Amino acid sequence: MTAAGLLRAVLAAALLLAGSGAVLVASASGPAVDAARSGPCVEDPKVMRRSHMDFLKHDRDDTVRRGIRGIKHSLSACVDCHASKVDGRVLGSEKHFCQGCHTFAAVKVDCFDCHASTARPAATAAAAAPGSPR
Amino acid sequence: MNPVDKRRREFFGQAAAIAGAMIAPGLMLYEYAEAKAPGEPVSGKVRWGMLIDTTKCAPGCRECVDACNRENGLPGTTRATDSQWIRKVDLKDLKTGKAVSLPVLCQHCAEPPCVDVCPTGASFKREDGIVLVDRHTCIGCRYCMMACPYKARSFVHETTTGQSPDVPRGKGCVESCTLCVHKVDKGGTPSCVEACAAAGHQAIVFGDLNDPSSEISKRIRAATTTQLRADLRTDNGVRYQGL
Repeated sequence: MTAAGLLRAVLAAALLLAGSGAVLVASASGPAVDAARSGPCVEDPKVMRRSHMDFLKHDRDDTVRRGIRGIKHSLSACVDCHASKVDGRVLGSEKHFCQGCHTFAAVKVDCFDCHASTARPAATAAAAAPGSPR
Repeated sequence: MNPVDKRRREFFGQAAAIAGAMIAPGLMLYEYAEAKAPGEPVSGKVRWGMLIDTTKCAPGCRECVDACNRENGLPGTTRATDSQWIRKVDLKDLKTGKAVSLPVLCQHCAEPPCVDVCPTGASFKREDGIVLVDRHTCIGCRYCMMACPYKARSFVHETTTGQSPDVPRGKGCVESCTLCVHKVDKGGTPSCVEACAAAGHQAIVFGDLNDPSSEISKRIRAATTTQLRADLRTDNGVRYQGL
């Protein structure tokens, strides 16, 4: 097999992996992160990649100042869903969801100086049981 | 008893049962209509407050303090630089020898001095009377700590670990009792109140000061209660009985 053929095969495999909603998301253009759950996010992934920080900033004031709980763009909900299956965290190594992408993009993530980077025990248990409702 | 009377009695018995069932859900509906749903903003119709009965507060008991530390992920150590949201204070009148023990926490003032002095607007009072720090805007200047007459606020000096998902806290911000706002917003009660009741003291009552039918309103109507440093006219949400 030529070098070009090999590259095509690798790319096809990566596409297959991403298309099947596999847990380990790997592609030639982004970091490989170990996300606990597959399934739809609260917004389209493209929108989330670009605008998650704006959503969080907007909704945090609603929660802190106006006491609105259970809002759509909640940081603790992000952590509950995206925490690693291994240790229930979103930080720790480049396989972890938040740290993996932020290291790749060279952007400092300081949410977790104050916020818990660990999923709630209930959320971890739900992630471990496949097919459970979110 | 003749058979006609028996039927009459059965009829009235069933009618009373049905009427009871109709009224009970009606009352429940009324109560739920007053409570805030988690997705709704807080309203100024409610003012959360606390009544602490010092005659029931046991000297040496630290159940409320420990429950607060557990709930809010505080270290629980008491060095000068450690965060303490509740302090147990023992007082003794030297003339009469009368001793009281009481927990002192953020008094959730209606006119909070900490909010007056905050240069960034991080210190604020919610519509429902709970005084909080928005750590997103707190710059850690500690003016509020100077302004507070109750020594209720703490500064986080060191990097924090093991925070609760519901209670974010980190180095460089001022913090104090939140009345367990994350629980209250979902219809719950502050942890110190629950712990005090579980320990059998029931020295703390939490409730809505604006609702005349709430337990706290009935209690403060019936008994003499005091606000700490009432001369400052901060109109505290926390009241003490038996001081």
